[in-house]
Amino acid sequence: MTQITLTINGQPRTIEAPPLKRLLDVLREDLHLTGAKEGCGEGECGSCSVLLNGELVNSCLVPILQAEGAHITTIEGIASNEKLHPIQQCFLEQGGAQCGICTPGMILATHHLLEKYPQPNLLQIQEGLAGNLCRCTGYTRIFQAVQQASKTPGTNSVPSPI
Amino acid sequence: MRSNVLQYDLTAPATLEAVLEILAYEPGEYTLIAGGTEIMVALAAGRLAAKKLVSINHLQELRFIAVTPEAITIGSGTTFTDLRKHPVIQSDFPLLKQAASWTGSIANQNRATLGGNIVNASPAADTPPALLACEATLTLVSKRGTRTMPYTDFHLGYKKTALAPDELLHSIHIKRNLNGYIPYTRKVGTRNAQAISKVALAALCLTAEGVVKDIRIGAASLQDRPARLTATEQALLNQPITPATIAAARAALLTETHPIDDIRSTAQYRAHVAANLLEEFLLSL
Repeated sequence: MTQITLTINGQPRTIEAPPLKRLLDVLREDLHLTGAKEGCGEGECGSCSVLLNGELVNSCLVPILQAEGAHITTIEGIASNEKLHPIQQCFLEQGGAQCGICTPGMILATHHLLEKYPQPNLLQIQEGLAGNLCRCTGYTRIFQAVQQASKTPGTNSVPSPI
Repeated sequence: MRSNVLQYDLTAPATLEAVLEILAYEPGEYTLIAGGTEIMVALAAGRLAAKKLVSINHLQELRFIAVTPEAITIGSGTTFTDLRKHPVIQSDFPLLKQAASWTGSIANQNRATLGGNIVNASPAADTPPALLACEATLTLVSKRGTRTMPYTDFHLGYKKTALAPDELLHSIHIKRNLNGYIPYTRKVGTRNAQAISKVALAALCLTAEGVVKDIRIGAASLQDRPARLTATEQALLNQPITPATIAAARAALLTETHPIDDIRSTAQYRAHVAANLLEEFLLSL
């Protein structure tokens, strides 16, 4: 077991875990943050996406030891209290979520995308979300949600991970 | 079934020197983990044989891109995102930039490293064909010292490399002498995003008055390792691009490629498509 100190959604946390334990499992089992989902468990589907020091990563591929000292943002850190983040609001309004399993990852991937390209074109949206698989929507409504979010004030003024 | 994480040991020494110390102390006992996009997949699938791992992800000594007027040196810990963002990769090495952009998803590119892609030594890996075409050289370090080797000598067989058990891939060096070379690269997969290649080529060609003066062709998924297609290159060198030359080059390519049938494709398809890619390139010259 190794002691790990990291910052989750702005809160400093210290946990004891085997050093190779996946960040995803630490989030879900040790910290009870179950927003990040396990889909494939091999870095293909993106349902476990989180931001690690501001970068989009698959938390199923991060051994917890490599998150020592890191700032992690999960979907739980995106909304402020009861108020949805503008990206979440756009997904809601456009019907960009159905069963919801991919949605936390989609929101974080969108956040990362809009930080890089505040006004992304369709190709940039498709590339930015290519690592996030959705089996319900057919993606069209998700792309519409991202497009709406890119035109919404406050989209980029999210709680900063760093 | 997933592996039990309690059975694994993972440490993160503070310096490169300390990592080399560990590798020298028990050569072959430790496996390095950088971005984890390969090792953690093996862990999840229950096929991670190595029980002792050393993390090198945090070593800034390995994450750099150093540029001189003559060359670029890329630390092995450089991520694909770092590569894509770098102005000199963008301006001088379009093959590498393209390969980095079609390796996995953005989340994977943020973590996966160039060194990992090389050392993992998959015959289907995305950056090796580009690095072969660019005639990269590798710098390997161990407690015994430093050595360099042409990248063409690095892959010895299926997932076998020239890396000694106590060695670590430090950096990749590429000369900036590709002015005038025409680049070509194409990856054929099941779909555009996130697919592992069925077959891929990366090539550079220098012509003068319609005659091939230099040509370098790197290939993925056509042999048991990433490989230069030297017989094909020889068939083209000092030849004008004519239908006869193209036919000879296609024939040469088929003599030196040994693709396999696997879950992603068939040997026959791979060989045929590889020859078509080569022809597509030659017709563009």
